[in-house]
Amino acid sequence: MIVTTTINWLFACHVSDVPENGGVCVKFENEQVALFHFTRRNEWFATQNECPHRRQMVLSRGMIGAQGEEPKVACPFHKKTFSLKTGECLNGDECAIKTFPVKLVGEKVFIGMEAG
Amino acid sequence: MRIVIIGNGMVGYKFCEKLVSRTHPAQFQITVFGEEVRPAYDRVHLSEFFNGKSADDLSLAPSSWYADNNITLYLSDPVHRIDRHSKTVISHFGLVVPYDFLIIATGSAAFVPAISGVEKQGVFLYRTIEDLQMMRDWAPQARTGAVIGGGLLGLEAAKALIDLGVLETHVIEFAPRLMPRQIDSNGSSVLETRLRQLGISIHTNKGTEAIEGGQAISGLRFSDGSRLSVDMLVISAGIRPRDELAGAAGIKTGTRGGIVVNKHMQTSDPEIYAIGECALFDEMIYGLVAPGYDMAEVAISHILQGEKIFTGFDMSTKLKLIGNDVASFGDPFASGENVRTIVMEDSLQGIYKRLNISADGKTLLGGILVGEAGSYNMLLQTCKNKLVLPPDAGELIFGSRVAGGDQGAGVTALPEDAVICSCEGITKAQICSSVTGNGCETVEAIRKCTKAGTGCGGCIPMIKDLMVHAMHAEGKYIRNILCEHFQYSRQELYDLVKIHSYKTYDEVLDNLGTGHGCEACKPAVASVLASLWGEMILKKGNDTAQDSNDRFLANIQKGGTYSVVPRIPGGEITPDKLIVIGSIAKKYNLYTKITGGQRIDMFGAHLSDLPLIWEELIEAGFESGHAYGKALRTVKSCVGSTWCRFGLHDSVSYAIRVEERYRGLRAPHKIKSAVSGCVRECAEAQSKDFGIIATEKGWNLYVCGNGGSKPQHAKLLASDLDSDTCIRYIDRFLMFYIRTADPLTRTATWLNKMDGGIDYLRNVVVNDSLGMAQQWEAEMQSLVDSYECEWKVAVENPEVRKRFNHFINAPEEKDPTVQFTALREQKRAAEWK
Ligand code: SRM
Ligand SMILES: Cc1cc2nc3c(=O)[nH]c(=O)nc-3n(C[C@H](O)[C@H](O)[C@H](O)COP(=O)(O)OP(=O)(O)OC[C@H]3O[C@@H](n4cnc5c(N)ncnc54)[C@H](O)[C@@H]3O)c2cc1C
Ligand code: SF4
Ligand code: FES
Repeated sequence: MIVTTTINWLFACHVSDVPENGGVCVKFENEQVALFHFTRRNEWFATQNECPHRRQMVLSRGMIGAQGEEPKVACPFHKKTFSLKTGECLNGDECAIKTFPVKLVGEKVFIGMEAG
Repeated sequence: MRIVIIGNGMVGYKFCEKLVSRTHPAQFQITVFGEEVRPAYDRVHLSEFFNGKSADDLSLAPSSWYADNNITLYLSDPVHRIDRHSKTVISHFGLVVPYDFLIIATGSAAFVPAISGVEKQGVFLYRTIEDLQMMRDWAPQARTGAVIGGGLLGLEAAKALIDLGVLETHVIEFAPRLMPRQIDSNGSSVLETRLRQLGISIHTNKGTEAIEGGQAISGLRFSDGSRLSVDMLVISAGIRPRDELAGAAGIKTGTRGGIVVNKHMQTSDPEIYAIGECALFDEMIYGLVAPGYDMAEVAISHILQGEKIFTGFDMSTKLKLIGNDVASFGDPFASGENVRTIVMEDSLQGIYKRLNISADGKTLLGGILVGEAGSYNMLLQTCKNKLVLPPDAGELIFGSRVAGGDQGAGVTALPEDAVICSCEGITKAQICSSVTGNGCETVEAIRKCTKAGTGCGGCIPMIKDLMVHAMHAEGKYIRNILCEHFQYSRQELYDLVKIHSYKTYDEVLDNLGTGHGCEACKPAVASVLASLWGEMILKKGNDTAQDSNDRFLANIQKGGTYSVVPRIPGGEITPDKLIVIGSIAKKYNLYTKITGGQRIDMFGAHLSDLPLIWEELIEAGFESGHAYGKALRTVKSCVGSTWCRFGLHDSVSYAIRVEERYRGLRAPHKIKSAVSGCVRECAEAQSKDFGIIATEKGWNLYVCGNGGSKPQHAKLLASDLDSDTCIRYIDRFLMFYIRTADPLTRTATWLNKMDGGIDYLRNVVVNDSLGMAQQWEAEMQSLVDSYECEWKVAVENPEVRKRFNHFINAPEEKDPTVQFTALREQKRAAEWK
């Protein structure tokens, strides 16, 4: 079976709205997405904003960094860390978080959400 | 081959884990029946459920793990019958599953003595997560609670009652003393005194005859005719192995319970094995998890035609009553002609230690530790491995003078096959080779690689020592480096940043580090930068390197709201300012509380309200209290000579002077101070990082005190100082600390690690032995001069202000997931998960 999914690119904000090497929270209807600008690596990432550990809407306020080459975010509450690429929990004990593709068009940042 | 496992507890799970790691998925068809509603969890750490761990946190593996490993898991479906004839098990819901090998891992149940009234509401057992959930739900209405049973588990349950907020806790023990199976009577009486100090009442020699009350418990009646009214009871009077299935199937069981097994863990039916707390080996039930894991290993070995056999297990234990360590190891009661005992008792501090030593003074046979069990691991290893004792064996309990020194030597002396982690059965050789062979150079890496330290966790300090030992042996210089991104200690980094005048995190990382940073080095470097240059911490480039609380200039609370703590120097506040706090709290719907630091905390502020609240506070003359920063917190004061009939000097004015001097100062950890007006010490100055107490002639300066989980009294640094000299000494002391301490190290810990201790520190600060005094005073002065309230800067800067919105694309909206509930006419954060 071939499953095709359509990605909707939703406008999030402007590049300058996001702090360097930090994140912001973007609202799409009822969904909260954490958007990060990893300026040092010139990369953008988007994940769910909710930390699965205690279900807190805070990952956008987390600190980003790297473990080896793996970019990651640490939750401000108990420092559980998640890969920004795959969403996998790097402490091995929480479930993974959702990640979303990010696209830049000029100064505008778009986040790709599955249509559904 | 079909393997069926009855019981999905700790040992049943371990059996599965070991089996799948040893065999090919196609080799066995594995089915597990569990009676409880959830997959196996960590019963050993059950009590942590009351300290915030959830059922998921305690879980040993999620349901998906079983599926991923081709294990069929039936939960909430206990096995009802074993049919040995057709070699099948029949479950409660009627599933019939055939086996080639059957593993019984049904554990044990709490033993409930025949007392009338055990069915009443408010009477609990202490075995499963459900038991604890029911206790938690009941506890809010209970004032007085009791535990029947003064053994290991009973005492843990008593501690749980205290944690649950039950005001009065009793322990009822039938025997004449506590923990009769583990410690001797002297140890029991020291323990009793300690527990009484914790607020637990102990009743020994008491037989419970009846539980009184209507539907719910109201009290206990004892055989001596006395009564005790309680509204909650936990029964922890021992365990009974769950052998009922085996018994009904005609498998041999012991007279006092337990499924009889041989050294291969086979029951009287060779195709059926029993492991864990339900198994009776050599007339003994092993009520600990480590022997159970060993049994799992042995059973698997036998099924796979290996050689391992079970030979009994050491029952050494250490109880986890916070601050009240109790441990016993080897033969704790050894006595007689061939045994010499060394006993140390300090009734003042509640410490009792006993070592049993062979008559020739060479080997340690066993011992007991009450009140302080820091040396437990080393003593246990010395005992188990029959290491030759030093000539003065008493040192082992009195502690040698050189702190830390002898621990390392101890590890070296251990034989290669010494079992370090008894839960997982990992030896010294395995740990060392994970360091040398697999390059594990952190405890975390060793845990992942070997599984050592993943059980009860008691061996972790020893794993750390072994790691250091193995790295040393390889000629590796162990440096106290920050993290994978910086090969420097905090002190080295501080000096380098200073020499090169680096001002931003990226600059420091580009020039002194590698990679892209992480949550360990970012705040540490940001703190060094703040201590050195005193610049506004949210300056672009350093803002996202701050710890989350620093980044938002407030402490994050449950639910994602923040607390607001304005500075109230010395605890002095005018009525007008009190009114301002009250009206702001009302306007923004904040919960208010007087803190332990003599000021007022307002909780529950939405991120986007923070700048608005601070604008109003600043307008009224308040400034940031740095409650979020690794910075000066409060300088507490007593009322002092202006009102107090004993006051020698004006402690409030001096406290305000000190607080205003050091406010905003960034340090490796938070710093606290206090000033008392006389020796009565109402401001508790001797529990602070630096504390000042008035004397007839001036001020006494104490340093390196700490509250927190390991309280420590401050030590006298200098006496009878005049006000200015005292400040100069504090300047030097703080700069020395800021320059040399490791990240997140309070002054007390810093001093504890300092060679030469307080005498050395006094030499540096008072006698200027390093010749740094002048420079440090000047550096401190420049930090004092550059102070500005960071909240003031933040609210005036639109770029910074923009960061205080929850949604970047909907700045006017608050996080809709934030929830509060009502509590005593105020609000509180909704409970998480
Ligand atoms: C509010 C307050 C409790 C209260 O309601 O009274 C409090 C609240 C917190 N304390 Fe505390 N501590 C408070 C007084 C204390 C005291 C008593 C004192 O200062 O006189 C102590 C023991 C004294 C000491 O520090 O030596 C204390 C020892 C701790 C510790 C343990 C520190 C240690 O060295 O072991 C922590 C954890 C840490 O800092 O790592 C901590 C951490 C915390 C944190 C920051 C936990 C956190 O990360 O969220 C809490 C933040 C609440 C907030 O958002 O404001 N708090 N805390 C007190 C604020 C005082 C103030 O006005 O600033
Ligand atoms: C509060 C507490 C603290 C403890 N602290 C420590 C400690 O510090 N150190 C230590 O070593 N040990 C400690 N223990 C003991 C340790 O938890 C046990 O030794 C360990 O759990 C035994 O594992 P087990 O698998 O044999 O039994 P269990 O973990 O009890 O598992 C048995 C499972 O089998 C299930 N079962 C029973 N009958 C059936 C059936 N017919 N069909 C299906 N399922 C069935 C039970 O419901 C249970 O889930 C503590 C125990 C408690 C309760
Ligand atoms: S410490 Fe001294 S001055 Fe302060 S309140 Fe107590 S008695 Fe009075
Ligand atoms: S809520 Fe994120 S780590 Fe605990």
